[in-house]
Amino acid sequence: MKLQEIIDSLSLKVENPSADLSREVTGAYVSDMMSDVMGNAKDGFLWITIQVHLNIIAVASLKNLSGIILVNNRVPAEDTLKKAIEENIPIMTTPLSAFDLVGRLYGLGLRCR
Amino acid sequence: MPVEFRADLHIHTCLSPCSELSMTPSRIVERAASLGINIMAVCDHNTVEHVEVTAEIAKKRGISVIAGIEINSSEEVHILGLFENMADALSMQTVVYENLPGENNEDAFGMQVLVNESEEVLGFNKRLLIGATELSVNSIVELIHGFNGLAVASHIDREGFGIIGQLGFIPEGIEFDALEISYRTGRAKAHEMFGPYSHIPWITSSDAHSLDDIGRSTTWFVMEHSTFEEMRLALKGTEGRKVIF
Repeated sequence: MKLQEIIDSLSLKVENPSADLSREVTGAYVSDMMSDVMGNAKDGFLWITIQVHLNIIAVASLKNLSGIILVNNRVPAEDTLKKAIEENIPIMTTPLSAFDLVGRLYGLGLRCR
Repeated sequence: MPVEFRADLHIHTCLSPCSELSMTPSRIVERAASLGINIMAVCDHNTVEHVEVTAEIAKKRGISVIAGIEINSSEEVHILGLFENMADALSMQTVVYENLPGENNEDAFGMQVLVNESEEVLGFNKRLLIGATELSVNSIVELIHGFNGLAVASHIDREGFGIIGQLGFIPEGIEFDALEISYRTGRAKAHEMFGPYSHIPWITSSDAHSLDDIGRSTTWFVMEHSTFEEMRLALKGTEGRKVIF
């Protein structure tokens, strides 16, 4: 499933529209602890979190994630957004909670490969 | 001639909701004195309200008390702020209080008891001291430095509330004065785990929440006197002062 399809289906707001939204999403991982994401997220995964710290971009970049979705109306910190633009990591936001968002991703048919 | 001082720079009191009620300033000082501790920092969660009374009691026993606070960042990273005097520590506390939402629930988190020298209860802190502030790690370190303090990343070997657990690694551009390794991780293992951070000074302390915890891990400071400015020099490793991890 392409990232753009997910954005459209769930009405996610893209904070840095210049980023690559055409990537294939291979699965998703939910965690607010970055050491956990570094250990368990896989190439092409979407990352669902409430963490807005600058380090999320480094972690996403390191793990070659397809994007980050900030839930519960969280917005990226200023330096985080700047880094996301530089590193070409799509950051999306939504008023949904992690639980509701993940339920809908599942409903769209997204599974971890 | 610099001499060695034994320091436990991370001790909670009964004002921290997660601490045992026996952690009164007088009993903490008693215990520290019996262990030969020369310097201790009172570091309650998001408050400095027990520093002064502890310092007064400790003075009579020849122990130096550093004004400290363990601040919980918006990323749920714990950071110790250590200050030269109460005025600086109180300035820090003011900013923390302004950015600390919520009220304590004693049944869920525990009591936050404020006592005097004679262990008489003066009151209860109503704030959600265990909670996260709305301040980021970066801004907390800047604030601590703005009030002339030392910023220490708490228990970096702990997954929960440690900076590496929460943020994956220590972000560039944050100037910690020291990293704290908890009692859980021995020195050899710490070198194995945190080698990439060896350019920042390391300390170890007890993170005591009960009287028995005090002194379970301490750091030796080699310096002229047991003062804050001497500690700053020791952490920098200048003028013959140093820290023995």
